[in-house]
Amino acid sequence: MDKFEPVIVAFCCHYCAYTAADMAGSKRIPYPPNVKIVRVPCSGKVDAIHIMKALEKGADGVYVAGCLEGDCHFKKGNLNAAHRVEYVKKLLDETGIGGDRVEMVMMSAGMGEVFAQTATTITEKIRKLGPNPAKFPSNRKAASNE
Amino acid sequence: MITAERKPLEEIIECIRPYDRILLVGCNECVTVCAAGGRKEVGLLASALRMAFMKEGRTLEITELTLERQCDPEYVEELVTMIDAADAVLSMACGCGVQEVARRYKNKPVYPAVNTKFMGASVSQGVWAERCQGCGDCILGLTGGICPVARCSKRLLNGPCGGSTSGKCEISDDVECAWQLIWDRMKELGIQDRYEEVMVAKDWRTSRDGGPRKIVREDLA
Repeated sequence: MDKFEPVIVAFCCHYCAYTAADMAGSKRIPYPPNVKIVRVPCSGKVDAIHIMKALEKGADGVYVAGCLEGDCHFKKGNLNAAHRVEYVKKLLDETGIGGDRVEMVMMSAGMGEVFAQTATTITEKIRKLGPNPAKFPSNRKAASNE
Repeated sequence: MITAERKPLEEIIECIRPYDRILLVGCNECVTVCAAGGRKEVGLLASALRMAFMKEGRTLEITELTLERQCDPEYVEELVTMIDAADAVLSMACGCGVQEVARRYKNKPVYPAVNTKFMGASVSQGVWAERCQGCGDCILGLTGGICPVARCSKRLLNGPCGGSTSGKCEISDDVECAWQLIWDRMKELGIQDRYEEVMVAKDWRTSRDGGPRKIVREDLA
């Protein structure tokens, strides 16, 4: 059997996690290529439907990366995002997909190491969980080729 | 507004299990405001249902549509072009919307995706509380704008009862005593003397006790 390579979508806030990813790159800190970054103007911009659609379209895991508590550029977008992630977790538990495929993480723009570490930890966690059960075998192949 | 909450996913899945093509219909009015059955919730439920069925190896075809108002025949008529392509309708509107769709499309099974709760107001972001029971004979003018019918657990017209402690109702510390609220409000308005007036027994025939109700405005009908 082929080794399972999870597809993970990371919604990263422009003001922190996205810059932290950049920092990780500048410092030559490696992180798994499984993580596909989507830059958002604030983690609070990420709606529940974005997370659900990512999973429906073939992602095995999704995480939202926002600023540290109290540091949001838009005051409390990161807290709104955290609440939405909790809501989606419950919905996914009900669906049978499992809420543990979705996470909320917080970091500052200077935390390149934390970004790489988070990407690695989440990738390994999803690898252990296995493929998203909502994917048909044909979808799995298509998703890993994208 | 009329408030509602989504039914447990398991219950919804069991309703639609026999079908392959579902028309999922939301409503742009009350259920949108209480975040139970508007366009956003329709999208989320559709996505969750698709994934739940894909997990079982089945493809569920869901058409999403959110009507301006599901309790009005004019808007429900909009479904006419897509109703034939669906095996069943799943409605995220309140009970009024579900029944209007069922009335108009007689040969199509209709299932509710939400539990309609009460007529309420928004207390804070994400919190709604019951404020009116539609008794049909409003007494808010006598009670300082706070309804004992909807907000007193016993619907007392001459309260409070002995279960009122420190402004809270005996059923729960989370429930405020309506009559304490009424007294506080009357004091604020300087009309405490009205509190002494005994309210006579209410005629409940204007409420549900008189059977299903109807309003006919002859100038409009």
